[in-house]
Amino acid sequence: MQDFTLAQIIANLLMATRWTIALSAIAFVGGGIFGFILMLLRISPNPILKTISLVYIEFFEATPLLMQLFLVFFGISVLFSLNLSTWAAASIALTTYTSAYLADIWRGSIEAIPLGQWEASRALGLNYFKQLRKVILPQAVRMSIPPTVGFAVQVIKGTSLASVIGFIELTRSAQSISNVTFQPFLVYSLAAIIYFCLCFPLSLWSKKLERTYTFSG
Amino acid sequence: MEYTPQFSVVWNNLGLFLQGVLLTLQIVVVAIAFGLLLGIAGAMGRTSNNRYFNWIATAYVEFFRNTPFLIQLFFFYFGLPSIGVRMTPWQAAVLALAINFGAYATEIIRAGIEGIDKGQIEAGMSLGFKKLQIFRHIVLLPALGNIYPALISQVVIAVLFSSVVSQISAEELTFVGNYLQSRTFRSFEIYLAISLFYVAVVWFIKGIAYLIQRKFFAFTQYIR
Repeated sequence: MQDFTLAQIIANLLMATRWTIALSAIAFVGGGIFGFILMLLRISPNPILKTISLVYIEFFEATPLLMQLFLVFFGISVLFSLNLSTWAAASIALTTYTSAYLADIWRGSIEAIPLGQWEASRALGLNYFKQLRKVILPQAVRMSIPPTVGFAVQVIKGTSLASVIGFIELTRSAQSISNVTFQPFLVYSLAAIIYFCLCFPLSLWSKKLERTYTFSG
Repeated sequence: MEYTPQFSVVWNNLGLFLQGVLLTLQIVVVAIAFGLLLGIAGAMGRTSNNRYFNWIATAYVEFFRNTPFLIQLFFFYFGLPSIGVRMTPWQAAVLALAINFGAYATEIIRAGIEGIDKGQIEAGMSLGFKKLQIFRHIVLLPALGNIYPALISQVVIAVLFSSVVSQISAEELTFVGNYLQSRTFRSFEIYLAISLFYVAVVWFIKGIAYLIQRKFFAFTQYIR
């Protein structure tokens, strides 16, 4: 049975790619905002806030994304008697996942700023938030851009797991098409090529940024 | 209606969970062993002067690092049989995990090799070290020490990725969770427990890695 032409297969896969991109964008923007807050908690002098953030990051970095998706989709639905849509579940799970990793990446950049910068700005009479905003963050941001772009690749690849809870994106649609056409070799190869076209430019960009933002010597 | 979590489903099936942990570890260990060999071969290709080896290794690394693991897994398990390569779920799982790990390991090992200063090798020669001694003491051991932390992070990621192989019904920890969930519908309790088992496995690996680092790679703090 083969009702699909090659052009139709590609067209269908590309249509589904929109949802991969949309989900990645939601996860990255949501995760960025939430991750920034987490990072602030993580570097805060308050031990309680610090511990909360630490436990959160450790949990999401030590459990598989697939488990997080199941916990949100099946777990939260049962626990709160909610009927979460696959959109909502996938967005929540990927946002929390992204926020934990971004918070950790950004904490690393901030901790790489020499302590003297904190001391100097303190000596100039800046308070904690002014120190962060005027002195530390502007320097840390430059350093954090290459790994952040690199992590975007992980997020795009991570969205493929949303197919498991029934969210229709590139992987899910590849599964359906391969079931109908009986051409898994062709369909999964095409899906892989589409993912590659999304991710590879970002990887290259991240590598290029790394070269421009690191000073040798 | 209020839902009250009941964790008895976890206590009653503790043996099954532990079996899942062992199956996960088994898949990961075998995959990493093969993946490391691939990584060493890949790194040799990436640093070789031969244009073709270099190109093949680069293509391998970039392709597998820029496509999702789930797609790679489906390709090996569902795609390859149509060109006559049939595998059991377990074999496909190990193969996919090994090839994926190998791509990341290639980059890590390459960085380790390139991180060794040429002057170190020259210094070794002028001190009268033999070629093999130079390779062992000046190239291999410091390179291993330098890449060790990155390699361990990658091992942890392989453990987390291994949960995905449940999707081709390879039996491991996540598979156990899905099996129990479909029988008891206690999804929250089961998936929370499974998550915590993964945390335990990750901490276990990190703990052993730390002990090994202290015993064998304590010298890295004096380099640089």
